[in-house]
Amino acid sequence: MSGLGIRNQKDFYSGLLFIAFGAAFMWIAQDYGFGTARRMGPAFFPIILSGILIAIGIFIGVRGIAVAEEPMRGFTLKGVVLVIVSTLLFGLLVRNAGVPVATAALVAISAFASQRFNWKPTLVLAIGMAVFCVVVFVYALGLPMPVRGPWLGG
Amino acid sequence: MELLANLSIGLEAALTPLNLLYCLGGVFVGTLIGVLPGLGPTATIAMLLPVTFGLPPVSALIMLAGIYYGAQYGGSTTAILINLPGESSSVVTALDGYQMARQGRAGLALSTAALGSFFAGTVATFLLALFAPPLAEIALKFGPAEYFSLMVMGLVASVVLAHGSLPKAIAMILLGLLLGLVGTDVTSGTPRFTFDIPELADGINFVIVAMGMFGLGEIIRNLENEEVRDVFSRKISGLLPKLSDLKQIVAPVLRGTALGSALGILPGGGAMLASFAAYSLEKKVSKNAKNFGKGAIEGVAAPESANNAGAQTSFIPMLTLGIPSNPVMALMIGAMIIQGIQPGPQVMTEQPALFWGIIVSMWIGNFFLVVLNLPMIGLWVRMLTVPYHLLYPAILVFCAIGVFSLNNSAFDVYLMALFGVLGYVLSKLDCEPAPLLLGFILGPMMEEYLRRAMVLSRGDAMVFLERPISATMLILAAIGLVVVLLPSIRKKREEAFTEES
Repeated sequence: MSGLGIRNQKDFYSGLLFIAFGAAFMWIAQDYGFGTARRMGPAFFPIILSGILIAIGIFIGVRGIAVAEEPMRGFTLKGVVLVIVSTLLFGLLVRNAGVPVATAALVAISAFASQRFNWKPTLVLAIGMAVFCVVVFVYALGLPMPVRGPWLGG
Repeated sequence: MELLANLSIGLEAALTPLNLLYCLGGVFVGTLIGVLPGLGPTATIAMLLPVTFGLPPVSALIMLAGIYYGAQYGGSTTAILINLPGESSSVVTALDGYQMARQGRAGLALSTAALGSFFAGTVATFLLALFAPPLAEIALKFGPAEYFSLMVMGLVASVVLAHGSLPKAIAMILLGLLLGLVGTDVTSGTPRFTFDIPELADGINFVIVAMGMFGLGEIIRNLENEEVRDVFSRKISGLLPKLSDLKQIVAPVLRGTALGSALGILPGGGAMLASFAAYSLEKKVSKNAKNFGKGAIEGVAAPESANNAGAQTSFIPMLTLGIPSNPVMALMIGAMIIQGIQPGPQVMTEQPALFWGIIVSMWIGNFFLVVLNLPMIGLWVRMLTVPYHLLYPAILVFCAIGVFSLNNSAFDVYLMALFGVLGYVLSKLDCEPAPLLLGFILGPMMEEYLRRAMVLSRGDAMVFLERPISATMLILAAIGLVVVLLPSIRKKREEAFTEES
């Protein structure tokens, strides 16, 4: 045991996270009217909920200091970053550059997160998905998404 | 016979060519995602929800329901053939099912699972038709106080009966309730937690939360350790069970069906708890107990009947009370709200075609599963081997396009990414995302009922304890919490979920 005091990281950090969420909701809700029990204002329910959330967060966090369990492991930073960045990029590209570009970018960048990444099948998949999405979503289902966005002169 | 009259309304609604097609499509997609690696029913239903918004409500819900029980079916196929349970409810099926497959009895295991599921589905459908009306009848008399207490009880029960840490699950519910409140407060018109972002004024769409936490979160989790799937190369034969096999499975199927139907009604119960409990029970009562884990056919028949019965009866609280017992039911409730249907006991009287149509379609769907899927087993086996590293980018595309199409808003896509990170981080901290989604769906409704109850009682919170039905439900919730926190019961609860070890 590493004598640092925190013996169950999962409990400790989840406790902290819940306290942070509870505190944030409570802090923001203070600006709304609390009202009375008879006429509940917009802040009434959120403040009660976040109060309980903070209390449970403290309980979980304290338990994390007291009770030992196996440590956290296997966090995939590469997976998180690539999946999230490619999703954000899709959001940025879909209207500005169009569906095929956004789709191909999402496939290519997210596929890179896998240990078994191989550029050849990924390229085929990216093009295939781009064509599929244009045909199915834009032409067949008629979703209002551009095939060629303003960035590409559309 | 009122039951027959009701079922004929259902038949009329479910047997239109269009609805048959959606039912077939639903169970097909469900089986597909059950066999495909790393894709669960919650994420899939969330992905397909935007597509169903344009459909008539009956067709939309028939298809979504089909995906749910179809996935249970597909999940057991992978459990038997490659020892990888596709869904959490088929974890125990893998124990004996895979052993049977290794002994060359894969065909028999598959047909046992299919026939057991079909029988259980038929029974559970009738139970649903039998018990839903009286339950809805009672619920129609509920006032706001009863509804609030019912939701408290439902949420508590859903975490008490699920596995994992109880305090964390309750914290996740609370976080979900709070996130559900984001948007304009209906009573005062105050925008809450919107940070002056116009896209948040109407609240966060539940599809975004579900796709982020289940879709993206699952993908990132799967990327942690990418497994290699062994291809099951042997040809599957002997799909038709012999008379002696049938004799052997009758009792386990009956017991599994009974247990699964009972557990499915409980909030948080559903398919998973049902299959675990049925396997444990069968191991205790079977004369063949020593063969369990070595390819006992009873070890496939009982949990498979139980999980299908449980999946079916978990529709009872959803359809009659408007209370979701698991994330899939939460999405169904969300889908109903988007279709303009207020979930609750009035659905049965105001939308009889919808209500009975869904129930009857489940039986039809179960029939489709047996008739279509056993002959198509070759296709599913091939699907098993789709490499995940080529599958997940495609899933991501469907998630992104689905979320974007909700409001044609890039902001929604960014929000989904945010919930993806949140879902992944929370799951790394052993906080399951399911309770959060239940809370998220119920948050606004709970606040509304609380508010109305308090207005009616002139601000006296004792109203929840003075009204007998409401008090009973709150006391049941309290008992549930206390019981789980008792050390001896807690140990049992953990044991019940660790059968696989």
